[in-house]
Parts: sequence; C-alpha cells; structure tokens
Amino acid sequence: MLQDILVTGLVNGGVYALLAIGFSLIFGVARIVNIAHTAFYMLAAYCFYTLLVKTGLGFFLSGVISVAAVTLFSVVCYRLVIEPVREHEAAVLIATIALALVFQELMLYTFGGHFLGIPSTLEGSMRFLGVSIPYQRLLILVVAGAMLVLVWFLLYRTRLGLAIRATANDLEVANLMGMNVHRVAMATVAISVSLAAVAGVVVAPVFVVDPFMWLAPLVTMLAIVVLGGLGSLKGSLIGALIIGYVEAITVFAVPAGAYLKGAVALLIMVIVLLARPEGLFGVAFEEER
Amino acid sequence: MLRTIIAAHFVALAAFGFSLGAQAQTIKIAILGPMAFVQGENHWAGAEMARDEINKAGGINVGGKRMRIELVRADTNEIASVPDATNAIERVITRDKVDFLIGGFRSEAVLAMQEVAMDYKKLFLGVGAAHSKLGLNVEQNYERYKYWFRVAPTKDVDLARTLFAVMNSIGQQIRTELKTDSPKVAILAEKAVWTEALVAAAQKNLPAMKMEVVGTWQPSATATDVTAELSAIDRAGAHIVFTMLSGPVGISVGRQMGERNMKAVAWGINVEGQKEEFWQAAAGKAQFVSTLDTYSEVEMTPKTIPFVRAFKERFKKSPTYTAATYDAIMLLKAVIEQEGTTNADKLVAAIEKIEHVGTGSTASWDKRHDLNWAVGKTAGIAVQWQDGKKVPFWPPNVKGMQPFKMPAR
Repeated sequence: MLQDILVTGLVNGGVYALLAIGFSLIFGVARIVNIAHTAFYMLAAYCFYTLLVKTGLGFFLSGVISVAAVTLFSVVCYRLVIEPVREHEAAVLIATIALALVFQELMLYTFGGHFLGIPSTLEGSMRFLGVSIPYQRLLILVVAGAMLVLVWFLLYRTRLGLAIRATANDLEVANLMGMNVHRVAMATVAISVSLAAVAGVVVAPVFVVDPFMWLAPLVTMLAIVVLGGLGSLKGSLIGALIIGYVEAITVFAVPAGAYLKGAVALLIMVIVLLARPEGLFGVAFEEER
Repeated sequence: MLRTIIAAHFVALAAFGFSLGAQAQTIKIAILGPMAFVQGENHWAGAEMARDEINKAGGINVGGKRMRIELVRADTNEIASVPDATNAIERVITRDKVDFLIGGFRSEAVLAMQEVAMDYKKLFLGVGAAHSKLGLNVEQNYERYKYWFRVAPTKDVDLARTLFAVMNSIGQQIRTELKTDSPKVAILAEKAVWTEALVAAAQKNLPAMKMEVVGTWQPSATATDVTAELSAIDRAGAHIVFTMLSGPVGISVGRQMGERNMKAVAWGINVEGQKEEFWQAAAGKAQFVSTLDTYSEVEMTPKTIPFVRAFKERFKKSPTYTAATYDAIMLLKAVIEQEGTTNADKLVAAIEKIEHVGTGSTASWDKRHDLNWAVGKTAGIAVQWQDGKKVPFWPPNVKGMQPFKMPAR
C-alpha cells in the first residue's frame, strides 16, 4: 500500500503543481485575485478539444494554437474587465468571478452540458513499484517541472521578472520608478494564463472536459498557493505534493470516505495556516523581496 | 364596400374564435429535465416523438373529442440547482397552466418537485429518478401523493435486484473462466443519496452470493479523477468493479481503468456509460465497461426496436433511459382514451390498474406507484462497451443478446 500512496501522491501532486504554477504567479506573486484563472484553463481545454477532435489538427498544432489563442484572449479580457478596476481588489475579485461565470455559461451554451474526452498525447502506461502509471501523467510531471523552471527563470533572471516582483511589492513605488505598471500587470496576466492554458492542454486529457471543470481546481489551487505561501513557487510545488499525498492517503486509509479527500486536504491547509499563517514558505519569499 | 368590410370582420372574428377553440383543444404537458444535459435532451426527444406520433394521428380521443398534445419545455437545471427545479415546475403549473407533468432526473430535485406537483394535485409521471422515498411517500400519505407515478427507471431497491441478477451471471462466468470459487468485488459508488441503499445491499448480498467484497470506495459524485481509488482497487486484486455512478466520474472510471490496463471488469450503474457519447468521452479507453440500461435493438417489447431505430434516425444517436418520456405520454394517451377524461383523480385510478406495453418496459404499478419489478418486463437490460459499440448481453433469453466479454489476462 505504501508504494501505491507514494506513486499516486507524486503523480497527482504533479497534476496539481502544473495547475498551481500559473495561479501562484498571478495570485501569489502579482497579487491579482484572478478567479477566472481556472476558467481560462477550461477555455484552453475546450479550444484544444475543438481543434484536435473536431477539426483534426495534430496535438502539437492544436496545443500551440490553443495556448496562443487563450493567452491573447486573456489580454483582451484584462484590458476590458480587470484593468479598469485594477486598484480595487474586491472589484477585481467580483469582476473575475463574473468573467468565469460568463465563460462557463458560454461553454454550456455552445457545447451543452456534455462531458467531453480528449485523447491522450501519449498513449500507454508503465508499471513502477507495481503501480500502473499512464504515460500522460508522466508527461504532466515533466511539463510541470519544466514550467516551474521556466517561471523561476522568468521571475528571478529577467528584467520582466524583476518588474513583476517590484510591481507586486509596491505598485506606487514601482510606478514612481518609471515602470509601466499596467503593462507589467498585463504581461503577468498573459504569462499566468498561458500557464493555465498549457495546463488545459496537458492536464485535460486525463480529466473530463465540461463547463464546470474550472470550479474544483480553483478551490484546490487556492489551497495550494495559500498552503505553500503566497508568492513562493517552491511553496506551490510542495503544497501541490502535500495535497496530492493527503488525498492519496485518505483514499487508501478510508476507502468509504474517498469523497472526503478534498475536505481532508483543505483541513490540512487550515491546520498549517493556524500554525503558520504566512504558509509554508511565505516568510522566505518576503525576505527575498 | 361596407358589406365587404363587415364580412371581412366576421371572417377574422371567426378565425380568431376558431384559433381560441383550437387552443382549448390541446392537452398541455410539461417536460421537466436538465435541458442543457443529455438527460434533459432525451427527456425532450422522447416526448417530441410521442407528440408528433399522436398529433399526426389526429390527437388523443377524450370522450369523443380529439385533443392535440402541446409540450412545454421546462429546463429544471436540476443537476446544478434544486431550487431551479422547483421554480421550473411552479412556473409551468401556474404560468403555463399545464395539465400533466413528466420527467425529472436527480432524486434530490424530483423529491422537491414532487411536493410542488402534489400541492397542485397535478399528475406527475417520473422519468429519471430512482430514489425509494418518492414511492414511499405515496404509501405513507396516499391522498396527497397519489398523483405521482414512476415510469422509469425502477426504484433503487429494484435496480439493486437487477444489478445482483446480472452480477450473479457475471460471477458465474468469472468462476468458470478464471477458475476461482469466490470472485473478488470492489464496490465503487459515488457519494449520493441514491447509492446509499444500493451500497448497503451490495455489502450484505455479495458475500451471500459467494463473492468477496474487497472494499467500498466512495468518491464524490463530481469527481473527475479516481486514480487513487483505482490504484487501491487494483492492489486489492478485484475481478469486478461494482459501479454505482451517475456523474462524470463514470467517464473517469471507464477511461482510467482502460489507461491502467486493469484486468477487472466494471459492472453496475454508470449513467454516463449509457450514453452514445461515452466512448468518445472516455477517449476510446472504456473497453468492457458494462452498465444497466434501458434501450438497445433487442426485443424487450414489440415496440422497442422500432422506437430505437426511429429515434436513431431522427436524432442520430441512441436513446437513453430518460427518453422514456415517450412511454409516459403514450401511457397518458392510453388512460385518457380509456377513461374519456383528463381528470387527474380518474386517471390515477386507471393507471393503478393498467398494464402498459411501452418501448422500454411492460409496466404495471404497485401500491407505491412504483413499477412492479420483473426480469424481461421492467428490469431493463445490461450492456457492455465492446470496441466502441454498446452491446446488450442480459437478460440472456431476450432475442438479440450477445456474449459478455472480459479483459484478457
């Protein structure tokens, strides 16, 4: 049973990590409460489904077009919906909730409430420690790792990354220092949504595509980012693994309570926050800044 | 000139009067279902077929007067919201002034809608919900709840009887093919009201059927990932995964079992597995997933094959069990013509006595207004996904059934 928990937790943690990176960037680093983040993930999944299944474009082309289209669309949404209320956090929160619901209803109207399946990019599975792991999930692990490195590089080794961190730290000072804070925020939204879109393309094949698929990951992502510590990519990765393992342990230890796995994961988050309100790696990030 | 104008007015008035008269000559039936979802689509599609067939033949003969059917489409949105469902039923009763109510899907929503329907003493033919409480209400408070009848499916307890009958047949096949005395069964049931009685029955009955229950896993009804559950089931060495799933988790189970090359075979209720789109939704991985179902091109009744073919021709897909709105409307037609009235109280008494040969069942009702359960009549059929096609395999004595298959070991 131990090897099942170890492998299952790692694989599921990888899925969560890929979903959490973009959210960590927008919510944790840039402090833009974009509730529509996972709705963009849903849009990418639908876009990928349409291009791949309906029009027959290949995996690569469908994936690239989906990520590009959703990223561009997010910029438009940012200019129209988020930017006008950017200075009021509560307004951003409400505006992005509305945006997500609009996307949901649009997908419901266009595709109906049907559950759609996307073929795996990589077919087949392997056995590790006696546990079967589909190749698609391994791909997710690899992509999650690559995205983490990429985002870390962007944030800590580029001028844009410096601008993003500076803007997040103090908007007014960054503005006074001559940074175009609106453009930086727009770039942050675009980058984080492109990460959500990558997640939509890579993760959606292991799940089911439907108009409500953005809701469950949203709660999990919030939990992971808060658990790991706002702004800490490392914290998000570890938070994702913790949630993945807690869920696996719940299912293996209490099979009849498998439906509680999400609740147990959130309970762990609350316990960690009671002991350490800034999250696991929140302080380290503050010091870095 | 004046005469012409007056004559024209008379003609217009007469035409208006005739149209009002024609309006009064209709029987209004509300079709209640989650219309953005497959269940609601099938509710509506089955009803449309019945309406068109009846209206084309001149309508329903109500005591010598021909009345056409007018359907009112009511989107209950019950999968997402129970209050939306009660609002929808209230609206069709009070605003649209419908005569009869047909449909419903999610037990929690139908229980709430049943209350509204009974408040207004409207005949409500349920097509979709399985919870026993719906019928129990009739038994416990007949005068209030007598206007409720369950047309499809059978109540949850009877669904369990069918499930165990098929399970017994699959168990025998496993005993023979795998040379094991006691097949191992993993119960995988979503956490929902409708599965409670089924899970309890499975835990009690399977050992008595000489089957070993290796565990019970209950993911959320809205879960889309069951990797951990399937890992545990795989580790437990189950031969059969006994599914009780109505939500999207049914697709995940089918797909992820295939992706993991699991040797266990899935049998049970998998509502998503009943749909034509299931194979695509599971990305073609759901080989050998089997489920209880209602419609296939087999001779359950003389009407089944013609109905399924006509449905496929019209809607380019197979019907799911909520398309039994067709049977509900045909049942209404039969009792209205028999009694010569649309009076709900008289129709209740008539339905209590009738045996109605429908497209999915040969139905008669007990004192709870639940279907009398019988294999070959109301118990439904079992189907298995084989190479992208839904293949019927039970009851074996019905013409058109094919062999049940298991994954190679």
